[in-house]
Amino acid sequence: MYTPHTAADIREMLDVVGVASLDDLVRVPDSVALRTPLEVPPGLPEIELQQTISAYANRNDAVRYTSFLGAGSYRHYVPPVVPAIAMRGEFLTAYTPYQAEVSQGYLQAIYEWQSYICLLTGMDLANASVYDGATALAEGAIMAVNATGRRAILVSAAVHPNYRAVLRTYARGLELDVEELPVAAGGTTDLASLEARLADKRFAAFVVQNPNFFGAIDTPPEAARQAIEASGTVAIGVTAEAMALGALATPASWGAHIAVGEGQSFGVAMAYGGPYVGFIAANKEHMRRIPGRLVGRSLDVHGKSAYTLTLQAREQHIRREKATSNICTNQAHCALCATVYLAAVGAEGLRRCATLNVERAHALAEAVTAVPGFTRRFSAPVFNEVAIRVPLGSSAATILDALQSREILGGVNLGRWYGDLADTILMNATELTTNADIAKLSGALAAIVKEHNLVRA
Amino acid sequence: MANPADLLYTKDHEWAKIDGDIATVGITDYAQHSLGDIVYVELPRVGQSVAEHASIGVVESVKAVSELFNPVTGEVVEVNPILETDPSAVNRDAFGDGWMYKVKLPNGTPSGLLSAEEYEKLIAE
Repeated sequence: MYTPHTAADIREMLDVVGVASLDDLVRVPDSVALRTPLEVPPGLPEIELQQTISAYANRNDAVRYTSFLGAGSYRHYVPPVVPAIAMRGEFLTAYTPYQAEVSQGYLQAIYEWQSYICLLTGMDLANASVYDGATALAEGAIMAVNATGRRAILVSAAVHPNYRAVLRTYARGLELDVEELPVAAGGTTDLASLEARLADKRFAAFVVQNPNFFGAIDTPPEAARQAIEASGTVAIGVTAEAMALGALATPASWGAHIAVGEGQSFGVAMAYGGPYVGFIAANKEHMRRIPGRLVGRSLDVHGKSAYTLTLQAREQHIRREKATSNICTNQAHCALCATVYLAAVGAEGLRRCATLNVERAHALAEAVTAVPGFTRRFSAPVFNEVAIRVPLGSSAATILDALQSREILGGVNLGRWYGDLADTILMNATELTTNADIAKLSGALAAIVKEHNLVRA
Repeated sequence: MANPADLLYTKDHEWAKIDGDIATVGITDYAQHSLGDIVYVELPRVGQSVAEHASIGVVESVKAVSELFNPVTGEVVEVNPILETDPSAVNRDAFGDGWMYKVKLPNGTPSGLLSAEEYEKLIAE
């Protein structure tokens, strides 16, 4: 329990500074001070409190809706073993889980998280996690800046818009230039100009996301890898939908030096956008620049496995004025959930779940494009999201509103971030998307088309 | 170990060996001994302009993390590749295999550095 100062402590301190009371120490002007009692209702018995809070919670009707929302936050099945282990008191009570003397269990979990991230990305090492995928990208870009001494970042416009916004926020303070590569007609990053743009060795990093924001498989080809290596640019691979790591080639396989992303898909609830869990992994060359905590495994005096924080010299609490990041903690509990999830499903389970996501998204695309007027916006192969163009004369906003009145969250309006895509909806399907969900959506779309008289026979 | 007479020294325990317009830079044997087992050396980049007395790198030992102060103004033309995989070379041979980087000097031999004799007097204090 937190024990505040006793009355005697306070008296003694007030006497030292020479004031009579706390009110004399901190004088709040009458113009802003509240001089009447706070309007807080009296306390409730526990039963009534639960009823009151439940009534508030029940006003949230989102659970009734059929959802095809994705775009960085994904609805995946969370096996009961995840909360059963992650909600154990031993994992919930500690404030800071890094003290080797008392936190071997948590440190082991973080070590296992790091190991899973390395297996999934193909990288040599990973940190204990950061806030979310967007932060992970910004921190990865700073690693590249410090590695190269260059001040510009080249990022694909098909990287998640929120991630790019966070990157720009970091870049503003550090006075870095952020430039974008356009999206090609097929829905992947347009790499035609890549070699030319990298040639003058101005860019610290080249950033691409796979699958990209439009759901498309967006892996740079061998020619891009050669241009990246020849120019000494650091390649950063972003993964906003971690489930894809169960089915697609690793970031390391196309030549990424740093892999960053969002781990929410592994056993972490969507929870209206957070808290989530970002990962950063890198090859050995960047070991000394990876921000935040790293847990290592060693042997204790009895020769048994022991876990401890390692490689901390780069950290701000050792050399504050030289620190290259303000990350000094991790998303321990979300990373724990992800670790339990990955341990529970295993390599084969993850592969099968990821493959099922691909199958579900294609079933969704097929059903939606069977409705007159709806077409695939891009031709590139997709993982579990697909960009759907609405009938001519309508807009994504109109269709999504009409769906919402039918208790369907039909997806995300891409016009929100891309001016030329106001006619396009990004739709997501996962292992939780049933045939009945898809039939409900396509049935509703057919009805809306008729109602709005959108497609002429 | 004796401080070689053909090198120049700084108060921050770096040495520089001037050969024409190239200075080879490292830390002294006294410095490596004070630091203990060196586990990492962060060097400047080739092509980087470095100013005299600027902090341009880090020497990390099992005991401490120390700044690496650059003794001579110029442009880095080479870094010691051995240190990336074997930083303990600095412990074994601070004035030889443990060299850190080479700087191209724009204005010939720099001034203001200590002789071996002056440096020995400094560390004896």
